[in-house]
Amino acid sequence: MSEGSNVSPHDVLPAPTAHLRALAAHVATGLGAKLISASVAFGELTLLCEATEIVDVVTFLRDDPECRFVCFIDVCGVDWPAREKRFDVVYHLLSPYKNTRIRVKVEADDETPVPSITGVFPGALWFEREAYDLFGMLFTGHPDLRRLLTDYGFEGHPLRKDFPTTGFVEVRYDDEAKRVVYEPVRLNQEFRNFDFLSPWEGTDYVLPGDEKAKQPN
Amino acid sequence: MAEQDIRNFTINFGPQHPAAHGVLRLILELDGEVVERVDPHIGLLHRGTEKLIETKTYLQAMPYFDRLDYVAPMNQEHAFCLGVERLLGVEVPIRAQLIRVLYCEIGRILSHLLNVTTQAMDVGALTPPLWGFEEREKLMVFYERASGSRMHAAYFRPGGVHQDLPPELIEDIDRWCDGFFVALADIDRLLTDNRIFKQRNVDIGVVPLDEAFAWGFSGVMVRGSGAAWDLRKSQPYECYADMDFDIPIGKNGDNYDRYLIRMEEMRQSARIMKQACARLRTERGRIATLDGKVAPPKRSEMKRSMEGLIHHFKLYTEGYRVPEGEVYAAVEAPKGEFGVYLVSDGTNKPYRCKIRAPGFAHLQAMDHLCKGVMLADVSAILGSIDIVFGEVDR
Repeated sequence: MSEGSNVSPHDVLPAPTAHLRALAAHVATGLGAKLISASVAFGELTLLCEATEIVDVVTFLRDDPECRFVCFIDVCGVDWPAREKRFDVVYHLLSPYKNTRIRVKVEADDETPVPSITGVFPGALWFEREAYDLFGMLFTGHPDLRRLLTDYGFEGHPLRKDFPTTGFVEVRYDDEAKRVVYEPVRLNQEFRNFDFLSPWEGTDYVLPGDEKAKQPN
Repeated sequence: MAEQDIRNFTINFGPQHPAAHGVLRLILELDGEVVERVDPHIGLLHRGTEKLIETKTYLQAMPYFDRLDYVAPMNQEHAFCLGVERLLGVEVPIRAQLIRVLYCEIGRILSHLLNVTTQAMDVGALTPPLWGFEEREKLMVFYERASGSRMHAAYFRPGGVHQDLPPELIEDIDRWCDGFFVALADIDRLLTDNRIFKQRNVDIGVVPLDEAFAWGFSGVMVRGSGAAWDLRKSQPYECYADMDFDIPIGKNGDNYDRYLIRMEEMRQSARIMKQACARLRTERGRIATLDGKVAPPKRSEMKRSMEGLIHHFKLYTEGYRVPEGEVYAAVEAPKGEFGVYLVSDGTNKPYRCKIRAPGFAHLQAMDHLCKGVMLADVSAILGSIDIVFGEVDR
């Protein structure tokens, strides 16, 4: 083994957290009450803010001379169905001039829309369309909020946790009708999603009929 | 005389068009031969990768990454592995890092060879793809000799790589690099000064740098516009910091600059590959982390030791639990910044895995790039922004 063997991605990849904390403090003073919290974890800075303020926050991060997050990276959703506001909308930005990344998160649900950041970053156009398509969160001010990845006429939002992985409809070419037809999905083998989390203790499957055992007579 | 009703002409480009580079459907609104509006319809190759990953363990999720940008499979695996490794906090031994760098650069050459030569085909040349595919074929054999598969390798694993490389393979790759400089010079002579190729590409598809950043461009698309930005240099991962290579940068941000950058990047990749090969000859040692709770034991060990057998069984059924948290890991894939945003809830399956594909950000700017250009330039621009539908549609 040589001396180089001690180098791991963890030594070089995350920006030093002291630098990130300084940036977080700067952002906190610049944004004031618009920022809910800022945290550093795994060498990455995450800001949490109100959905209504996202355009201001992103504009500040882009234009502030200490930040200069001019490069748009990503907008995506995360679904937490147990929460009151079930969605996180996660924005990733990059500052090529300061060589830093930042993540901004806002909470949303499927009724209250999030302001679109397409006015600040035109690159968000498709990313927001995709988030709308896959999660069903709405973006106000988006010029063209159509479905993007799913089929024409698709129903539902597939990346929600309550959407089954197998989906609801399947398509095939019907030789008699001479066209592609949609049918309810029929599985030749049941979709198997094994719970391997604790094979030693045994799994906690609910067998059909078990719930009756607990009912008082 | 009755007032004439003049309407723009709308044509449907694709989804089965050779210049669409896969299954892209473009609705083009034309005024004569000038493009007024482009509406790309994507999703024809949507396979629900992100949803599928949520139902698989971290190890089982890995092969899906080969199927994203299927012309440079291992670069995608790399981003996912880096993300998982950062959540787990495992260290990758230097030999595994060198193998990863070696194969990522092979992937870069695979991708650039395909892009440069098919772009030439889009503007009318037939020979370059044939010459380029000869070299790609040899590289795919290297993929096969390392992983057993020509394309969908599933070779990088969180914590290292799957198997060690035989010494002969390293010698063969090293020897291939020398021949590749010659083959590349041939393609270069065929295209770089070609009058038709230049007429079709110079000053076409110009992107100013600030627009490139705002549209989320990365990789060759920002380097062509003059940004000295390459994640291998600016945010070095693995052992790229030890490697000696240059980042080519364009001046005009047009198709032709991007072509030149890709040609030069292939030379630099071969340079990195030669350095990696040289170091792989001396750096012996493990190819996966020592952490037995992440990297499965060797097969021979699994057959002999009880502990090895238990670990093998546990790792291939339950997998490993990844600490709660979220990371965004990005690599400089051939097409640009390929990022994976991983959210872990502390179980053995990713809670959410967002794949940030560079081609997705590039393709959405088609409308912006193609407004006011001639119809024939659409396919030249499309070729130059380097789209592969595996990663755009996911």
